[in-house]
Amino acid sequence: MDKVLVSSSSRHAAHHEAHSDRLTPLLRNSAEIGEWGSEDWDIAIRQARHAGLLARVEAQLVAKNLLTVAPIAAQAHLIAARNLAHKHNADVAREIRAIVAALAPLGVPVILLKGAAYAAAGLPPAEGRLFGDIDILIPQTTLDEAETLLMKAGWTSAKSDSYDQRYYREWMHELPPLQHEKRQTAIDVHHTIVPPTSRFAVDGKRLRDAAIGIGPDHINNTVMVLAPADMVLHSAVHLFTEGEFGRGLRDLCDLDRLLRYFSDVDPDFWDQLAERASTFHLERPLHYALRFCTRILDTPVPTRLQAFGAPGPLAARLMDRLFGRALRPPHPSCMDALSGTALFLLYIRAHYLRMPLSLLVPHLLRKAFIRRLEPATV
Amino acid sequence: MNSLAMRLGPFTATLETPFASLVDGLHQLYRPELFDVSDSFADFHVSLAPGKGVRRWFRQQARFLVDGESPFMPLPADQALPMFEWGLNYAIAAQAHQYLVVHAAAIELNGRVAILPGAPGAGKSTLTAALVQRGWRLLSDELALIRPEDGHVVPLARPINLKNRSIDIMRDYAPEAVFSRETHDTAKGTVALMRAPDDSMRRVGESAPVGWIVFPRWKEDAEARMEPWSRPAGLMEIAHNAMNYSLHEERGFNVLANIFEQSGCYRFTYSKLDDAIERFAALAASSLQS
Repeated sequence: MDKVLVSSSSRHAAHHEAHSDRLTPLLRNSAEIGEWGSEDWDIAIRQARHAGLLARVEAQLVAKNLLTVAPIAAQAHLIAARNLAHKHNADVAREIRAIVAALAPLGVPVILLKGAAYAAAGLPPAEGRLFGDIDILIPQTTLDEAETLLMKAGWTSAKSDSYDQRYYREWMHELPPLQHEKRQTAIDVHHTIVPPTSRFAVDGKRLRDAAIGIGPDHINNTVMVLAPADMVLHSAVHLFTEGEFGRGLRDLCDLDRLLRYFSDVDPDFWDQLAERASTFHLERPLHYALRFCTRILDTPVPTRLQAFGAPGPLAARLMDRLFGRALRPPHPSCMDALSGTALFLLYIRAHYLRMPLSLLVPHLLRKAFIRRLEPATV
Repeated sequence: MNSLAMRLGPFTATLETPFASLVDGLHQLYRPELFDVSDSFADFHVSLAPGKGVRRWFRQQARFLVDGESPFMPLPADQALPMFEWGLNYAIAAQAHQYLVVHAAAIELNGRVAILPGAPGAGKSTLTAALVQRGWRLLSDELALIRPEDGHVVPLARPINLKNRSIDIMRDYAPEAVFSRETHDTAKGTVALMRAPDDSMRRVGESAPVGWIVFPRWKEDAEARMEPWSRPAGLMEIAHNAMNYSLHEERGFNVLANIFEQSGCYRFTYSKLDDAIERFAALAASSLQS
């Protein structure tokens, strides 16, 4: 199987890198974009929109004073995306205030994760970013009370199936997702960054102890974000173990921006990152994060970290094929005959990493067969 | 498979479809030079694809896809033409956030635009169709695109969607106008598209500032009445009709506030189209004097 993957994928890879992917050159601010004609911009804008990166591209072009390199018609799309991203940024700020207010009676800091953290802490990935669910982290012992408080403030459980409820509560590191009745916004409440059943077990308390207060009353630590290394590790674990790649390239861009920013403000950052990865046994996801950031987005990762946490040569080659495909722009122009297979294998791998086989096999069987036989219960 | 590209005001769309009748319908409704597109950048990559599985042949369906994504359920294949027009409206409203997109008709006379927001059933499309057959220029029947930089309305000059009784009313009122084939049993009943006047399509590049905001209401046997209406009330109402008003946040409010400051705001009740034409002509003339 590996042989098949290698031979046909190298042919496709060459084809696609040469002809189809117009998004990653834009994200890398590659010089080639100066030579582009309208057909290149046509495909670039479409790929960026599908990847949720249109406003990110706009922000990067503006920062490099390159917006006018794009034809006027393409600029209109970038400006439209910028307007949408501004709205998302304003909405996420309001949503965070609502969540923090609702959870104030808990008496513990609310730690924002992922997009919400970037927005609230003013970190570079927030620029030109669209936001979906808001993720927060609180102590496991406060989960039930938090759920009650959020429900009082208008959020309801979006998963009504009793199997789903049990799946989240027993096996996952979070409450079943909650959705606000009026605003339709969703919130995921976590107590750590990986499922407790997973082979990467991370104690939420160690993350909380290192977290950093932000916002106007940061001294009281009511709103916090993860420490820089933990923030990167969380993003890496999420992208390289959870098996969902619809926003994969966007998440990789977030990682790229975090890595550039943190290593710029703190020269010791890379060593802290490696050390923290070792502490939590997250060397492998970090390895993939650094490898694909470097390969796809030219992130300046120090050479000494290139082999850190690397798998054996055969696995490395296989994962290059799989992640290489999964991290292409999610647009039909970048798909090939093996894209579907790669995504399927990564989905299976994610479940395998998430829970032991004794839990995994019944879960997947249920997802595949049993649910189809049941009448929908709402 | 038929492929074409066409200009729709500030936008370019490409279309791929096996439905030849859709292509014929578009050529009947749009001027030939609008299909003469040299730029290879398109804003909307539309495909009207056949239904899946058995629906490819049996009770044939059409699916609307914009860049590979389908925002709607499939419809019977004979609704492909109205589906293309509705789908484009959806795609423009979902994407074109460089504009403030208001769900309203927009027509122009003497260099000033009248924006006609209309609740369903208010007779907005019928009134718009009649006015553009009597001297007003059609900018848009469904979507008024307001450019935030200068508050101008940017034309689309696309066909007007007529429903049910309005179709016969307009056939009587403007026998020389071009209508698409009628499509029956759609979600909106029987629909037909009326071709935009040629002058409106020729001048699709000319944006214009707003002169009036008129909220029309058709009422059986009513005397035609154009009553001035409170601007704050009008602004609230139009913000409600703006599909992406909240997205533009404070700037959206400022754009609308500036427009209302320079425009007349009216509520218009009518039952007869001829009376409506007269009142609108008076409206356009009054601003020339002032």
